[in-house]
Amino acid sequence: MKTQFAFLLALIITHAASADSVRPYGSDTGLPVSERKSGTEYMSPATQQMQRDDTQNPAMLWVANGEVLWRTAPLEGNGKSCVTCHTDAKTSMRGAATKFPRFSKSAGKVITLSDQINQCRTGALQAAALKAESADLLALEAYIALQSRGLPLTPPGDEQTKQAAERGQKLFTTRIGQLNLSCAQCHDNNAGKRLAGAPIPQGHANAYPIYRLEWQGVGSLQRRLRNCMSGVRAEVPPYGAPDLVDLEAYLALRAQGMPLETPGVRP
Amino acid sequence: MASALIHMPSTAKPGEIIEVRALIAHTMETGFRPGPDGKPLPRDIIRKFECRYNGKTVISAELHPAMSANPYIAFYIKVTTSGPLEFTWTGDHGFAQTEQKQLLVQP
Repeated sequence: MKTQFAFLLALIITHAASADSVRPYGSDTGLPVSERKSGTEYMSPATQQMQRDDTQNPAMLWVANGEVLWRTAPLEGNGKSCVTCHTDAKTSMRGAATKFPRFSKSAGKVITLSDQINQCRTGALQAAALKAESADLLALEAYIALQSRGLPLTPPGDEQTKQAAERGQKLFTTRIGQLNLSCAQCHDNNAGKRLAGAPIPQGHANAYPIYRLEWQGVGSLQRRLRNCMSGVRAEVPPYGAPDLVDLEAYLALRAQGMPLETPGVRP
Repeated sequence: MASALIHMPSTAKPGEIIEVRALIAHTMETGFRPGPDGKPLPRDIIRKFECRYNGKTVISAELHPAMSANPYIAFYIKVTTSGPLEFTWTGDHGFAQTEQKQLLVQP
């Protein structure tokens, strides 16, 4: 009886020890630069081609729509449009998308590119904010981000954004949900392997908003994050929640220096 | 939503074979997926795509529920004379869209 108990105890201890021996996550902001891979590299040649060729990329439908919205004053606004202040997006928006999330003095918090678009709409244009994840907001975001295609991500180094990124990193490495998994367990510890049939990418957010074939449409980084959260059966925060912005800030730091690929295509 | 994007050269030589790429925004709702209330969402797809070159049909295709949203159709045509290329998509619930592109054929 006593030996049986000791055996059971030993079994429990080895089990606990193996759970502890998982290598510590989040000791830095991601992989060494030379080992970082964009999600593109994990895709099939056909999907890569779809992203590379603008005439095949379905996200260009959103971009074309965004270009129209850039020049069109919202109906209920004061007659101004994006172009009134920012003129031609091709020059004025070059590099803009690589600098988000960032701290906004007027908002008093760290904001994303879509927050910035809505801040302009409710401020300068005196119009209603666009709904999170709406086709128009994604279109504008895709059009603005396209102007920075190929430029390296340069997350701003202000104190508030840095703090947001730190909180985001903590979230990235915290186990959540009924499956009790953290982002890092897949995207740091098992990147390059497969989850069921699908390859696990390293988790670099350098192509958003993306056209995801599974979605049959364009979606934001926050949609992707919420997707993963519901995948591990965790409580999913609403769009624009501070946790999602913090995660975005961390992911920007994680992908710092990688070229922006917007509009990306993902399987 | 932006409607359709068509990519093709604007000029070509007589007898040349050119590639035409047509991408259109459409949900292509299959009619088999359940909506939030559990009932199937009504089918809403493009049924037919057609391209006419100088009034003559050069390609005509039937589309079905298994096709992806925002269908992309690429094809090749041999060009002889200048003229308009007219693209039409027709579908469920009276969906109809027409786009036109001019092609200049010269030696």
